[in-house]
Amino acid sequence: MTIRAQIGMVLNLDKCIGCHTCSITCKNVWTSRGGVEYAWFNNVETKPGLGYPRNWEDQEQWKGGWTRTKSGKLQPKAGSKVGLLTQIFANPNLPEIDDYYDPYTYEYDHLKTSKESKTVPTARMKSVITGKYKDKPDWGVNWEEILGGEFDKRRSDYNFRDIQEQMYGEFENTFMMYLPRLCEHCLNPSCVASCPSGAIYKREEDGIVLIDQDKCRGWRMCVSGCPYKKIYFNWQSGKSEKCTFCYPRIEAGEPTVCSETCVGRIRYLGVLLYDSDKIKDAANVPDEKDLYQSQCDLFLDPHDPEVIAQARKDGVPDSWLEAAKISPVYQMAMEWKIAFPLHPEYRTLPMVWYVPPLSPIQSAHENGMMGSREGSGGVLPDVDSLRIPVKYLANLLTAGDTAPVTSALERMLAMRAYMRGKTVDGVADQSILDQVGMTEYEMDDMYQMMAIANHEDRFVIPTNHKEYAGDGPFDHELAFSTRSACGFSFGTGCDGGEIKRSNLFGSQTHPNTMNGNALGAQTKGDGWNTSGDQS
Amino acid sequence: MDSFLNTFLFGAYPYIAIGSMFFGSILRYDRDPYSWKADSSQLMSQKGFRLGSNLFHVGIILLFFGHLVGLLTPHWVYEPFISAEHKQLLAMTAGGIFGTMCFFGMIILIWRRLGNERVRATTRFMDLAILLLLFLQLILGLLTIPVSAQHLEGATSMIALAHWAQGIVTFRPDVAAEIAGEPLIFKLHILLGLTIFLIFPFTRLVHIFSAPIKYLFRTGYQIVRRRG
Repeated sequence: MTIRAQIGMVLNLDKCIGCHTCSITCKNVWTSRGGVEYAWFNNVETKPGLGYPRNWEDQEQWKGGWTRTKSGKLQPKAGSKVGLLTQIFANPNLPEIDDYYDPYTYEYDHLKTSKESKTVPTARMKSVITGKYKDKPDWGVNWEEILGGEFDKRRSDYNFRDIQEQMYGEFENTFMMYLPRLCEHCLNPSCVASCPSGAIYKREEDGIVLIDQDKCRGWRMCVSGCPYKKIYFNWQSGKSEKCTFCYPRIEAGEPTVCSETCVGRIRYLGVLLYDSDKIKDAANVPDEKDLYQSQCDLFLDPHDPEVIAQARKDGVPDSWLEAAKISPVYQMAMEWKIAFPLHPEYRTLPMVWYVPPLSPIQSAHENGMMGSREGSGGVLPDVDSLRIPVKYLANLLTAGDTAPVTSALERMLAMRAYMRGKTVDGVADQSILDQVGMTEYEMDDMYQMMAIANHEDRFVIPTNHKEYAGDGPFDHELAFSTRSACGFSFGTGCDGGEIKRSNLFGSQTHPNTMNGNALGAQTKGDGWNTSGDQS
Repeated sequence: MDSFLNTFLFGAYPYIAIGSMFFGSILRYDRDPYSWKADSSQLMSQKGFRLGSNLFHVGIILLFFGHLVGLLTPHWVYEPFISAEHKQLLAMTAGGIFGTMCFFGMIILIWRRLGNERVRATTRFMDLAILLLLFLQLILGLLTIPVSAQHLEGATSMIALAHWAQGIVTFRPDVAAEIAGEPLIFKLHILLGLTIFLIFPFTRLVHIFSAPIKYLFRTGYQIVRRRG
């Protein structure tokens, strides 16, 4: 047994209001640069829908994630190592820019520089890539927002498999939910596995998966290798980029930007301890439906003295072990069993988990539209006849196994019923707790965590302990060599990539493409002109 | 060609070009690793890319190794196995086949780079320059085949060219004289080839040095980095 720790995330979809604050704050911090205008390290999708990039979930199309070979070996779905290298000249599974969307901006400058005219000047839409005018956008990161578009397109949502989806196109039966997505920082990442350069790596101390920008050669196998399509090819720099889990913040004990700014308080960050020796076997169980359980089996009880002793031996700092004991992620995923991995059938063992949404169920129940759970005396609705089909959620979260999702939904319903009884009627109904197999204390904790969701309960993030990085603790050499370091940069020293020492090895990599100027107009001049000088 | 020019172009220029490629690449790798990449444009347009890129890459890699082995293998090494005449025929046939593959691949790639709006908009000067130079070099190479066909007897040209190339890598003085009398087409092909070496570190060609052969020898699939 080798114990490692990772900061995991849980998103409570029951409380997501689809406001995209996470996406916008993430974009402003990480992808407001040239070449990644189309990239959203965090995006929010409306389900059912094809998502972004279009139909990303269907691995028959994209060949992302892992597959079990006939001989029982685990290998990337796109092929063995030799197979992947034969695809290096032209990746047959790479999405095209239109699968994401043609990034666009508006000619804002025209508003203040236009000559006097009879009509009000407008800021026309322009493609960021070609600089040409566009009449209208044709696809976008949240194109299907709140069920936008026809059902006929959205019905090919991969999660409708084994479901008669036709009836959900009817107005009376329609349903929707939000799905915020980011890099899963998997335990068995297929992007790392398919990177020929070895530029992508998982950090031992906190499990964050990063791309070494200086080692990336732009072979783009990771873009197709990631089944969540959360690696983006920067078309200006020619390198792949991905969600960093805001590692500079995490290292300092701060939540990620998307988590911190979530107005619905749906995001949770906490430590999970796991046995890294068992990852391979856990990802390789024959039946896809066992993958959720096999991943749960990797996680170790942070209260177990043996686990603590072994973790100390394996170099997990004490502050991390303490944090693991009060980890919201551990409680939701392992103790209450209400959070699930996204598409475990990809065999990547993702570490961003989701609490299935409940709201549409409860309101329908109150309107007397559906039956009650057997034996609940009319208090709990029957989750099997819900507005969002449990099978749909199961296809999303447990490879189609409905039992764990049903149990989670029942526990959340029970929490509402129990707490309403306790606070409104003044009656703590023990029978509700018995039905879902929880104690009063557990239910109080779960209520505190999910309904109240205080900042300090949601985010239990120990600092990085850089002092352990050297040969021994508190390595002075290391401390001195990293003082006043530049943090996030583009391999060009302390500048942000905008100013290079020379242009000998190519033009600048990060001009501003979002100011409404054509790319060509900028690079033809001195390259730095961002004023409205275009024809 | 005047002797001074011949000596410079085929005696000194090769070292300048190879020196630029060698030291320039080291400098770029060390000073600007962020710029070291294949610079694929596949994201912008897939149309024709798979066929074009595969034909081009497979063709040009085989051509490169054909040249490497063909030019640098000393006469006495291959003599017991294959006569010079037959070797020349082999070179012409293999070069012809791979050259044609590469030719059609490049036609597709050039058509794509100039014809596709997005690819053209994201093309930098050097991207197009190196593509056109390689294409010109390929045409020059293909044109040497009919010229070679006229000199099948004794394969004198081929032996002279190989001697010259071996002379360059073994630092033989006066090596330029070896090919002073060879047909112009060979000389042009050599000069353009050397020029491509010269500008190599300033183009996307540097990704050749990063061919990820190491990937095949990676133990397992995962990479985990320690704190530090």
